[in-house]
Amino acid sequence: MAYANSDDRSARATKIVIAGGFGVGKTTMVGSVSEIAPLRTEELITEASEGVDDLSGVEQKRTTTVALDFGRITISPELILYLFGTPGQDRFWFMWDELARGAIGAVVLADTRRLDSCFAAVDFFERRNLPFVVGVNCFDNSYRYGTEEVRGALDLDDHVPVLLCDARERESTKQVLIALLQHAMAEARLAGTAS
Amino acid sequence: MTATDEEWFDEAAGPLVRPYAMTGGRTRSDTLGLDLITLVVAMQSVTDVDVEPEYAGILSACQHPTSVVEVAAKVDLPLQVVKVLLSDLISQRLIIFRSPAAPGAEPPSQHVLQAVLDGIRKL
Ligand SMILES: Nc1nc2c(ncn2[C@@H]2O[C@H](COP(=O)(O)OP(=O)(O)O)[C@@H](O)[C@H]2O)c(=O)[nH]1
Ligand SMILES: [Mg+2]
Repeated sequence: MAYANSDDRSARATKIVIAGGFGVGKTTMVGSVSEIAPLRTEELITEASEGVDDLSGVEQKRTTTVALDFGRITISPELILYLFGTPGQDRFWFMWDELARGAIGAVVLADTRRLDSCFAAVDFFERRNLPFVVGVNCFDNSYRYGTEEVRGALDLDDHVPVLLCDARERESTKQVLIALLQHAMAEARLAGTAS
Repeated sequence: MTATDEEWFDEAAGPLVRPYAMTGGRTRSDTLGLDLITLVVAMQSVTDVDVEPEYAGILSACQHPTSVVEVAAKVDLPLQVVKVLLSDLISQRLIIFRSPAAPGAEPPSQHVLQAVLDGIRKL
């Protein structure tokens, strides 16, 4: 019997989205804190139906797939946290919609050598009103921008946390996630008092 | 799945055609609102039921509560196909599911946020 343990029945899951341009360190960040090696799954997109919901005759249509990386942290027997790296291709917005729906928030990873590659992500989360923090992933050999320079370049609101990080380091990733949680809680309190 | 469905499949067409055909024309709205992180769990061990191999693969991937996205990664099929196969098994009561902590567009509660914050601090 699959259900030996009654805790199993009450388990729920929640998620955080890790976004940013190709090669910025999303999968690395997921892997640095995940209890499993990052897994990968594919979503199917038929040519005729980007964003449309029909799989009929999919075998005849030209299809592409979009890959999704994710990791897991068991917070408690009742709560599992999933970390999702966004698909690299920004045109798969419908996938981003599903990722963002009901999420705690997002980490936008930025590489100072090409800050423009995270504009789309910042824009998306701002429009969705999803709490996000910006993690400036410090690659070797790259000029070390200050967090305020990055804030200015990305035109971020004052309340959006910006942190320097190293996505390869578990401690560093933890600090980014803690900043996101604190930010999300502050935003939720604000929303609560406003309504 | 009935025997007549089976005649349909062309085994030579490769491993993906068959699961696509099994989902035959069904849409996202048919998948019971399954989300990436909906947790699913098998109510029976695979050895106790007689089902098509694709379904058996899914049942063995969720002998313990497992998210939809993890099931998809384990059976190595596209998410959308897995959601349809899962919803078949749910309708047959071979699997039950539990919605995410924040189903729909609502953000997670302060309670969930606090629990996650505490959990990450302890990592
Ligand atoms: N120096 C340095 N390299 C990193 C860092 N994060 C990721 N990398 C490397 O950058 C490459 C791309 O990272 P990956 O996580 O695959 O990027 P993704 O495309 O955003 O998922 C890999 O070779 C990583 O080892 C970092 O913080 N510092
Ligand atoms: Mg990646």
